[in-house]
Amino acid sequence: MSTATHSSAMTPQGYLQAQSRWHPLEIAFWLATLLPFVLFPDYLSLASQIAITALFALSLDIILGYAGIVSLGHAAFFGIGAYSAGLLAKHGWGEPLTGLVFAAAIAGLVGLAISFVIARFRHFTLIMITLGLGLLAFEAANRAHWLTGGSDGLQGVSMWPVLGLFKFDLYGYTAYTYSLAVLFLVFLGARRLINSPLGLALRGIRENWVRMPAIGADSQAHIRKAYTIAAAIAGLAGAVLAQTTESVSLESISFQRSADVLVMLVLGGAGRLYGGLIGAIIFMVARDQFSGIAPQYWYFWIGVLLVAVVMVLPNGILGGLSHFYARWRGK
Amino acid sequence: MSPPTQSKAPIALGTRGLSKSFGSLAVARDIAINLPVGARYALIGPNGAGKTTLINLMTGMLAPNAGQIFLAADDITALGPQERVRRGLARTFQINTLFAGLNALEAVTLAVAERRGQAGRFWRGVGSHSETIDEAYDILRKLKLGDSCYQVTRELPYGRQRLLEIALALATRPKVLLLDEPAAGVPPEESGEVFEAVAGLSDDLTLLFIEHDMHVVFRFASHIIVLVGGAIFTEGTPAEIAADPGVREVYLGKRKHG
Repeated sequence: MSTATHSSAMTPQGYLQAQSRWHPLEIAFWLATLLPFVLFPDYLSLASQIAITALFALSLDIILGYAGIVSLGHAAFFGIGAYSAGLLAKHGWGEPLTGLVFAAAIAGLVGLAISFVIARFRHFTLIMITLGLGLLAFEAANRAHWLTGGSDGLQGVSMWPVLGLFKFDLYGYTAYTYSLAVLFLVFLGARRLINSPLGLALRGIRENWVRMPAIGADSQAHIRKAYTIAAAIAGLAGAVLAQTTESVSLESISFQRSADVLVMLVLGGAGRLYGGLIGAIIFMVARDQFSGIAPQYWYFWIGVLLVAVVMVLPNGILGGLSHFYARWRGK
Repeated sequence: MSPPTQSKAPIALGTRGLSKSFGSLAVARDIAINLPVGARYALIGPNGAGKTTLINLMTGMLAPNAGQIFLAADDITALGPQERVRRGLARTFQINTLFAGLNALEAVTLAVAERRGQAGRFWRGVGSHSETIDEAYDILRKLKLGDSCYQVTRELPYGRQRLLEIALALATRPKVLLLDEPAAGVPPEESGEVFEAVAGLSDDLTLLFIEHDMHVVFRFASHIIVLVGGAIFTEGTPAEIAADPGVREVYLGKRKHG
């Protein structure tokens, strides 16, 4: 109630503009991403992996969190991006930034082609289709041993220094800087998309699939656009992983990766941009810590965490926090 | 074979031989309707007469087995729902079909952005589309939703949600608007408010509404179509319908006791 009276003094345009204004907590979050350089210099490789995974989760959030398009095969695009960047570097072009553009373009093109199927289906059918396509991509990468190295992984990827200046070092200093920079720039773009008319239309699709045609909307065109963008971003994440680790493993296109990113997004809170980022941090740190205690069973604890969060906080950790924050502000 | 038209005004929406059946159940039989431009038509009939089905057929949410649908002079029978909306044929729903998690301003802004062909844009903020937002807010204000437009739809009082149904349809700038029981579920003492809003719409807008409350029908309709068992039973002015003993039997009498 208090928010309604609070905003009634605003013009409608002012209200909508305020929706996309930066919150102080957002600025604090991004400043905090610089802390690993100072506090955990031994963990920069892990920090880089987290940033890459967060980027991957962000791409899933655009289609799942905002448009409500479920995917169980999102790793296909991550893997396509990783192999594209890896193969480009292996075959003589090790320049990272053009490698990123190349990988994003390939993943985006595949995403565009598949989006014509995806946009026609919903719910359970869609889960099965994306699951099937994901498994298909995995087996294709596995069988194409001559190209991908199959289960041995893609070896011999050799990157040139970033901007001709910064070599990927053993400590992960360049890797984390690079991953974080890509994550931040893509995040700015995603944030813009979410606050754009297309972002509003995606939320409309999520909120009421039936009403959209009745307001003259071509939902399928919106979904195709968002899906292509999400696929390109996922490909970008895969490319950053391939470049910073100078290798591509079959795991990068596996079902496990598709499942993990879904778990992260649900843990953190889908449909809030930061949910995937928070989820990725929790998931990756938990994996790092738990696998130190019991390497075989670390997923047990992720399972416990997932069930607990979904039962207690249906909108994820971030959804729960914002709920308590709103109640606290309301008092 | 064409049905008698009540006025010399050009036809805004027409159907010819429109039929639909689910298996052996015929839900629309050979329906021919002509809505003149600017008309205020009511569609009445007992439950299960096929009123909502007829709206679903006209708007393309159901495909007919036979017959044609015309918007002005154009045959729109083969067009999809969103294409019909873009050409000026809008509807509202008997059961609220709203964007529960958006507020009224966002929802109507989305509908206006769709009509203006801006909804595919992802490089500019919604907040910078000032004309679109102004138009959305104008629609909301005309329906007395200006004060509650920042409230999320699922938390709006039910009567306001019914008005938002109409606001979303108006945002498409329809030439023909089909209202499926616009005051459904609204307490009788408040349903007048919804129909006052309907009556206040532009005279150029052609209206067809489904309504069960006969007081409302006689007050707001210039012409009434009675649908029974998927077919047109009769049609005429409110006075003619009120005086028709057949209508009394199949519909009015039954309603008074039911």
